[in-house]
Amino acid sequence: MMGRDLLGIEDLDREHIERILETAKHMQEVGRRDVKKVPTLRGRTIINLFFEPSTRTRTSFEIAGKRLSADVVNFSASSSSLTKAETILDTAKTLDAMDADAVVVRHKVAGVPKRIADALAAPVINAGDGAHEHPTQALLDLLTVWEEKGRVDGLSVTIVGDVLHSRVARSNIYGFQKLGAEVRVAAPPTMIPAGVESLGVKVFTSLREALDGADVVMVLRIQHERLQGAYVPSIREYAATFGVDRAKLRFAKDDAIVMHPGPINRGVELSHDLADRRPGVVLDQVRNGVALRMAVLYLYAGRRDPRPGGDA
Amino acid sequence: MSRIWIHGGRVLDPGAGLDARLDVLLEDGRVAAVGDDLAPVGAERVDAAGCWVAPGLVDLHTHLREPGQEYKEDIASGGRAAAAGGFTAVACMANTDPVNDDPSVTDFILDRARQDAPVRVYPVAAATRGLRGETMTEMAALAAAGAVAFSDDGRTIMDSGVMRRVLEYSRLVGAPVIVHAEDRTLVGEGVVNEGPVSTRLGLPGNPAVAETVCVARDLMLAEATGAHLHVGHVSTAGAVELIRAARARGVHVTAEVTPHHLTLTDEATLGYDTNTKMAPPLRSAADVRACRAALADGTLDAVATDHAPHAVHEKEVDFAEAPNGIIGLETAIPVALDLVRAGEISPLEWVRRMSSNPARILNRPGGRLAAGAPADVVVIDPERRWTYDPAKGFSKSRNSPWAGQPLVGRAVVTIVAGRLVYHVDRGVLA
Repeated sequence: MMGRDLLGIEDLDREHIERILETAKHMQEVGRRDVKKVPTLRGRTIINLFFEPSTRTRTSFEIAGKRLSADVVNFSASSSSLTKAETILDTAKTLDAMDADAVVVRHKVAGVPKRIADALAAPVINAGDGAHEHPTQALLDLLTVWEEKGRVDGLSVTIVGDVLHSRVARSNIYGFQKLGAEVRVAAPPTMIPAGVESLGVKVFTSLREALDGADVVMVLRIQHERLQGAYVPSIREYAATFGVDRAKLRFAKDDAIVMHPGPINRGVELSHDLADRRPGVVLDQVRNGVALRMAVLYLYAGRRDPRPGGDA
Repeated sequence: MSRIWIHGGRVLDPGAGLDARLDVLLEDGRVAAVGDDLAPVGAERVDAAGCWVAPGLVDLHTHLREPGQEYKEDIASGGRAAAAGGFTAVACMANTDPVNDDPSVTDFILDRARQDAPVRVYPVAAATRGLRGETMTEMAALAAAGAVAFSDDGRTIMDSGVMRRVLEYSRLVGAPVIVHAEDRTLVGEGVVNEGPVSTRLGLPGNPAVAETVCVARDLMLAEATGAHLHVGHVSTAGAVELIRAARARGVHVTAEVTPHHLTLTDEATLGYDTNTKMAPPLRSAADVRACRAALADGTLDAVATDHAPHAVHEKEVDFAEAPNGIIGLETAIPVALDLVRAGEISPLEWVRRMSSNPARILNRPGGRLAAGAPADVVVIDPERRWTYDPAKGFSKSRNSPWAGQPLVGRAVVTIVAGRLVYHVDRGVLA
């Protein structure tokens, strides 16, 4: 049985990941219909609890919930009383009182979804917490690669960029490894998390070596505030050394695909021509996001088993 | 005239190198006799069969939060927690509100202690005004008011020039300067030990080098000034090595380690429990091993709790937002006894690090049981099994990683100046 909450890919095993991906494949069909709606979650309430602004992820969850006929309610930190002054426990109690069937949580600090899950009867889906995990992003990346390559097993995946601050990187490291891929990370030494080798990845500070023979090149979004001298000296130097462009991509396999969780800083981590390359995989990622989140909501919000020890 | 006869226990007096089954007689606030089969007339008898009888424990490092943050703790509640934990004296840090950087605050703390606390309270005054790390405090006046040491604990004096003058000037009063050695620029936003655990958690790391860089600087400054440097809450193998080497060259340095840094690794943080968040953070297993070995071999002189009470609502927030620190007075004995149970330190040496050495570092009486010594005594049942429930404890706060845990070892009787202030079955009596 799958766990009650989806807090991170670290907690999932291969079988669970594959089940989510297969469910997502079925959900893609709904998105191609004329009437993009099924009654699966009718009468269920899903709360989007976003302490950190994220239009893309929130919208993706909202559309996913609505296509399943769930009632989706959006809470954002600015439009609710859920501010610093309220403790995590209070937040959880408030949500419990609303009888939500699932709560989707995004927070700038790692661990908040876990703490809310510990105190809440309803299942919690992590929509990104600090530099910890962003499981649905990794799952949709897996789905995209699976469709594009027909397999994940045996692929070589290179993750490029600010791994230190990236929850997408962590979730993808776990996810791709669990499905049998080899994962490499490439970044300036200041952007490589301490002891990241303990997660089973190979670490490179040379992009060229990291790309050698890669099937998948996953480019991370870089935050501008990290490019102003604290972690790397300048945008220009970063773009020159770790920005992925056609010339550098030649070191990867000829049929290598380039992925980016979006939105792209064009000309910084990814060159214009690659960002616009068609068939581009970046848009597939977005489209797969809705189907994947439908699968997640179906599998996690559609159940009625009470949390052990919870007061559901 | 009060007399207490502690009968049949295993007397552990590091001062005399004594470890024997003996009686202890306390009279008029002093130890009257330690001997075989004392049979005093008219004395209150404390049965210590199966227990250790030791000089009262002395905590070099507590935060009693009064004045200013009485909702977390006050001198009365912190004093009761100390008594229940087997401590007969506690040093309290200066980061109150107002800061203890003025003799009037020192006076206030001692006044409250005399009225409300069942144990001795030794105020530690700030080393710099307002803990701002800029201008040194009036150490002579503060010492005259009763300050036993100087510290900006909770903050690091980042300006090496100021630190040098503070150490230099402290020689005027002959009191130790206790440092919170974490280079703030290296700590950055770090909230957990930097390493595989911070990477898995996705929380900003606080690297071990933040501590070692600062300890190295402070040791060099202590060497240059001849002052007494006391390194608070050592947490890294690197700092241990630096202290060991400095002591070998004759630097006047003493150092403490907390029960949590002796027994918990950063893996305790994997569930994001904010009651595992403290500064310095819980470190790697190798650091814990190094700290344990250093306590056993004497490189680290003392165990100190860094008792840091915070209200539930302050800790029940996200990990980055939560304040640093845990309470520790009531769990110090069972947690620190882990080293005795593991055979890494003898009971006598354990008492030396919990009582005699802290008293010596602060230049206070206590830490011994010879005739004429203050009648500060703890009776410890090292085998007693109990479950710690902070809600039923004496501290006002509950921020402990050991909440709900079964523990082994407990103070059963605490005596301060010849007065029985705590009995495990009767609670705090003073």
